Amino acid sequence: MKTRQISVFLENKVGRILEITEILGAHTINIRALSLADTSDFGILRMIVDDVEKTVKVLKEKGFIVKESHVVAVEVPDKPGGLAAVLKVLGKEKINVEYMYAFFEQPQNKALLIFRFENPDRAVQILQESGINIAAEDALGVH
Amino acid sequence: MIWNKERETLTDTKKKVIQGELLKGLVQRAYDRIPFYKSALEKAGVSPADVNSISDIQKLPFTTKNDLRDNYPFGMFAVPMDNIVEIHTSSGTTGKPVIGGYTKADIDLWGEVMARCLTTSGTTQNDIIQNAYGYGLFTGGLGVHYGARRIGANVIPISGGNTKRQIMIMQDFGSTIITCTPSYSLYLAEVGEEQGIDFKTLKLKAGNFGAEPWSDNMRKEIESRLHLLALDIYGLTEIIGPGVGNECRYKTGIHICDDHFYPEVINPHTGEVLPYGEIGELVITTLTREATPLIRYRTRDITSLIPGECTCGRTSMRMKRIMGRTDDMLIIRGVNVFPSQIEEVLIRIEGLEPHYQIIVERVGNLDELSIHVEMNERLISDEIKELETLEQQIKEEIESMLGIKVGVQLVEPKTIVRSEGKAKRVIDRREL
Repeated sequence: MKTRQISVFLENKVGRILEITEILGAHTINIRALSLADTSDFGILRMIVDDVEKTVKVLKEKGFIVKESHVVAVEVPDKPGGLAAVLKVLGKEKINVEYMYAFFEQPQNKALLIFRFENPDRAVQILQESGINIAAEDALGVH
Repeated sequence: MIWNKERETLTDTKKKVIQGELLKGLVQRAYDRIPFYKSALEKAGVSPADVNSISDIQKLPFTTKNDLRDNYPFGMFAVPMDNIVEIHTSSGTTGKPVIGGYTKADIDLWGEVMARCLTTSGTTQNDIIQNAYGYGLFTGGLGVHYGARRIGANVIPISGGNTKRQIMIMQDFGSTIITCTPSYSLYLAEVGEEQGIDFKTLKLKAGNFGAEPWSDNMRKEIESRLHLLALDIYGLTEIIGPGVGNECRYKTGIHICDDHFYPEVINPHTGEVLPYGEIGELVITTLTREATPLIRYRTRDITSLIPGECTCGRTSMRMKRIMGRTDDMLIIRGVNVFPSQIEEVLIRIEGLEPHYQIIVERVGNLDELSIHVEMNERLISDEIKELETLEQQIKEEIESMLGIKVGVQLVEPKTIVRSEGKAKRVIDRREL
């Protein structure tokens, strides 16, 4: 129940994200979710894309440094307290969140929370035991 | 195997006596016969009579490459032209070439020191030396040639270039020793491999590689591709050409023929002689050269000295592989910084490649050093804190190596400008 995420190393320079999105666009790769973490010098662009292999290939060809890692996509109803309910379960079991980002899906009225855990397998187990919905890759349109 | 057991295994005391006597004679000759040295010594307030032991060398002034240029072509000759039997020059790419004159005794000396150097790689009279250093004004070809002659080995004076013929000769003649630049040896490997040659089946057993700086990584590559023992030979036209020193098979530093070429390492900024082990500029005094003797010649090569007996039995002073040139040296807040020191730190860190650039800026009145290190596949993380930890680790290790504060920044690969395969390591933006 894990989702593959692509991380790209970027210097803080004008136009770098544009360049990446243009490369992906030209290869008809769709970005499903995206977040940028940065320091004053560099940033890491994290993405969930519909075609993981192709993304890795085209970005590497363009000289980008790319890493694939596993995240957990949690589905919650898009209403107040949705995120809190998930964090409460994790907190109780002392599951540390390395980082997270969220986006919401209009038609289903659901929010998707992307979590990076130190131990994703345990996190998945605990969340599922608490009746929290975890989205599989295909549900996110990832193949 | 040691070529001149007596001179290469001298005790420290005995060596100092010999060096002292030779220095005394050298200073007297230079003073009497070379107007440049007469006036340089007088200016320094030293008379030949003040030189009685090797430790007196520190009283003497340095000689620089500019001094040689000022006295071009024959102003540094200590003997009449009739006694000169050969002349060599540097390539002179940065101006007038540097001249080395040789008397018959100097050529004998060259044969002796080169015989010592070739012997370090195990060369004997039974060997076939394929000498791929250029023959001509360049010292490489003939220097090796004289050493090979002295040993009584069979020398093939093939000179540089014509790589396919080099490989044919290597196969057909059964060359056992190869002498050339380290980069040319890799080119030989490449061309040979393209021709489908298995170097394991050739008779090559060792190579004396020099005339350009190289690294231990390059050594590993040469050794594995050419299947031979790759040793570093050091020399320069000003001193004699190749033959100043050579590594032995234990690879613990270059054994300097220090009964002929007296080495010191100085702080290139202050001229102060540094203790053994400290990094600075190599200075050489030619104790026995007749035609073009040099007192405390500043080589501009950066290294450090290693005293004591080597596992091979030689007691000659050793020096580390050349780390760079003083021209590359930066002075940051009064501290000497060499790009190679930073490279050394980066190589030590697991996963890092030595792709870096040093940027010097003056902020207010202070020099600031920042080091850009290229990111790579092995190091990238999706977590900021891991990359920050890496930056911090690099920063701390460089700071502890250099003793000054630096900034470290991870950059995207290939952002560091490369020209002709050689990276531009230092960008100095200070306006002094």
